[in-house]
Amino acid sequence: MSNIIKLRKGLDLPLEGAAEKKVLMEVNPDVVALKPTDFKGLVPKLLVKEGDSVKAGTALFADKMCPEIQFTSPVSGTVQSVIRGEKRKLLAVTVKADGKMEAEDFGKHKTETMSAQDIKTLLLKSGLWASIIQRPYGIVAKPDATPKAIFISGFNTAPNAASVSFSLEGQQKYLQAAVSALAKMTGAPVHVSLCAKSGKNSPLAGLNNVEYHYFEGKHPAGNVGIQIHHICPIRKGETVWTVSPVMLASIGKLLLEGRVDMSRLVAITGPEAGAHAYVKATAGMAISDIAAYIPENNVRIISGDVLSGTNVGREGYLGFQDTQISIIAEGDYYEMFGWMNPIRSKQFSASRSYFSWLCPKKKYNMDTNIHGGVRAFMFNNIYGDVLPMHIFPVYLCKACMTSDIDKMEKYGIYEVLPEDLATCEYVCPSKIEWQSYISAGIDLMLKEMA
Amino acid sequence: MNKLRQIVDKVKPTFSEGGKFAWLHSTFDAFETFMFVPNTVARKGSHVRDCVDLKRLLIIVVLSLLPAFCFGVWNIGDQHSIAFGLDYSFWQKIGYGLVRIIPLYLVSYLVGLGIEFAGAQIKGEEVSEGYLVSGFIIPLIVPVDVPLWTLALAVAFAVIIGKEVFGGSGMNIWNPALLARAFLFFSYPTKMSGDTVWTGGVNRYLAEGTCWFDGGKGIVDGWSGATPLANASLEGLGQQGISALDLFIGNVGGAVGETSVIAILIGAVILVGTGIASWKIMVSSVAGALLVGWLGQIGGATDLPCYYQLLMGGFAFGTVFMATDPVTSAQTETGKWIYGFLIGALCVTVRLFNPGYPEGMMLAILLLNTFAPLIDHCVIEVSTKHHNKKIA
Repeated sequence: MSNIIKLRKGLDLPLEGAAEKKVLMEVNPDVVALKPTDFKGLVPKLLVKEGDSVKAGTALFADKMCPEIQFTSPVSGTVQSVIRGEKRKLLAVTVKADGKMEAEDFGKHKTETMSAQDIKTLLLKSGLWASIIQRPYGIVAKPDATPKAIFISGFNTAPNAASVSFSLEGQQKYLQAAVSALAKMTGAPVHVSLCAKSGKNSPLAGLNNVEYHYFEGKHPAGNVGIQIHHICPIRKGETVWTVSPVMLASIGKLLLEGRVDMSRLVAITGPEAGAHAYVKATAGMAISDIAAYIPENNVRIISGDVLSGTNVGREGYLGFQDTQISIIAEGDYYEMFGWMNPIRSKQFSASRSYFSWLCPKKKYNMDTNIHGGVRAFMFNNIYGDVLPMHIFPVYLCKACMTSDIDKMEKYGIYEVLPEDLATCEYVCPSKIEWQSYISAGIDLMLKEMA
Repeated sequence: MNKLRQIVDKVKPTFSEGGKFAWLHSTFDAFETFMFVPNTVARKGSHVRDCVDLKRLLIIVVLSLLPAFCFGVWNIGDQHSIAFGLDYSFWQKIGYGLVRIIPLYLVSYLVGLGIEFAGAQIKGEEVSEGYLVSGFIIPLIVPVDVPLWTLALAVAFAVIIGKEVFGGSGMNIWNPALLARAFLFFSYPTKMSGDTVWTGGVNRYLAEGTCWFDGGKGIVDGWSGATPLANASLEGLGQQGISALDLFIGNVGGAVGETSVIAILIGAVILVGTGIASWKIMVSSVAGALLVGWLGQIGGATDLPCYYQLLMGGFAFGTVFMATDPVTSAQTETGKWIYGFLIGALCVTVRLFNPGYPEGMMLAILLLNTFAPLIDHCVIEVSTKHHNKKIA
């Protein structure tokens, strides 16, 4: 195993409720939603109306700025509703599944015989182009851009995250097809990062046409942004693309079988979840489909992990890229003399001002209480310990707070997405909303630099 | 939940918007959050948060100051009993020390927190906990005989001009506690320096011919209240009968909390162990002081071995508790080395080459507070250039 990159900094959150490696059930989706809000900066143009019948792979909406990027239905059925929010902003398109799983036929392909343009057209038409994320900014990739490289993170370090190895077991041929196609389409190198410890057994190991990198370290070592920073940092004017392993498998299935299949294993995790295991589901699955595993009390249901997932609620839907549902208790209670309690054994703290560090194996039942009031930055020396990047996180966050584009550029806005700084937000004693500020900074960059 | 919570819930509407005492909202909030961690839940971003907050970190800082505080209380009594030739027991010394220090604390917290609360109220914000620590430090770095009204003025100056005008805790440029001391030093030099201010009761005795707890005996013949720094030579210290061990233990004259290096070291261990203060600043500051102290010794500016510089005056206290202030110190890791080193070096430089003012720690830290952003700027410039070169 060559070039292991060891990251000393980071934070593995000891959260209760990791998923066991077993599949509980196959969800037969009743209603599935595709949410434009899952895609950063997207202005959607609706292509269907309520009552239209669709197949898996039929476009539901497209990018207004770049209409060839289409977003397609994960299942077959009829368009049930178009959900809009304030100012008629399109929030979601829901499809009532008919249970037949009919799919648009895109034809079986062999990568070797396809041209770069063929691959591009196929991906755009099938809606799987939307799974290619462009950095900087984390937007859906622009079809006319030439990325300098494609990055795939083959492992996940987020709290209780779904295991990539388990989810993609036996799907190597799809992964290989997808990787070859992406390499051919862009002519750019494909970098795959694997966990130094368990990477050998990953279905992503042993692929052709890729460069392997091995990482060792705590969260966020598994975030593709951190890996890019250490493999080949993004400079001003450059773009790179990233694809998640689960979407890579979907691209592979499209190529080899000619149909859009966004099914995946979804881990049900978190201390409050009724079961800790995987279910077979699809992108956009309704949370109500797994209601059996959600307790009745006041809990928060998060599509994604607890550090950077989205609060979707009982009526919500799984995110387009997400492979995990986290269920934790809402923390709307008062804790008497909490901060004065010398031990406070039920709460976890990365700070040594508490004593969690004495029990490194203990898992904690965390809730959504932020444990304090919002203050200005004071203890600025702690963030560097949980962020394995050579940037100055506090300066970057302050630049985003003050909307100072020059400084954002200087301090590395091109290299980060909010999720990469989630550990900083977690440990922040001033309870500052780091990810919101970084996200706002990226929005500003998108607006000003476009 | 419990009785206390029920009472708080009952009176809360009176202090909330539309209530009779809505203008005291921030004050009520400060007391409520003091007793109860609020029920706020994460709305955006990370859905779970570390249970550490500023209150916890700052109370640990106060905890680390306690050894210096306790020793200081005893030492006030000890120095007083020596000056007046009294045969005090241990508890009498503690008793005298408490009688003298409690008024300092009352003034520090009443004035400082009063302004903080009023400021928060006017701005409609929550009261920040920053003054918790500053207010605890200020009585420890002033002479015990400082007149309370000058202390009140100094605290008001430090909080208003030093902190609130910049936007409150976390936004200030200079360490507020040191600013209070600097204000006292430059505005009321006669009450802040000289040989008679450092021992409890002496100034008052000299002015009025009597003071509390003087035992009616008057000041012992030949007693000198000069601090070790004022006599900073082997001969001077020898005349006073002060050894390096005395300086280390701290039963010598000086500001309340600064004399005992051993008590300060206990605080340093707590601060470094909990990761609250930067050990880099402490180490580099010591290195800077030793280097200049050594140069001074071989250059003939002083006959004291360089380690005396670490034991005398406010060096240890300043290095551990004030140079490491996370807001006003350098923020970058490399910057911290430079910042700390310059503080130590500058402090001893002032001590050795400034005949008018024997202590340099206060000025060294305030000066480097001023330059910390510049140091960080340079470090970041170099670092980003280096990073860009590497990836090019």
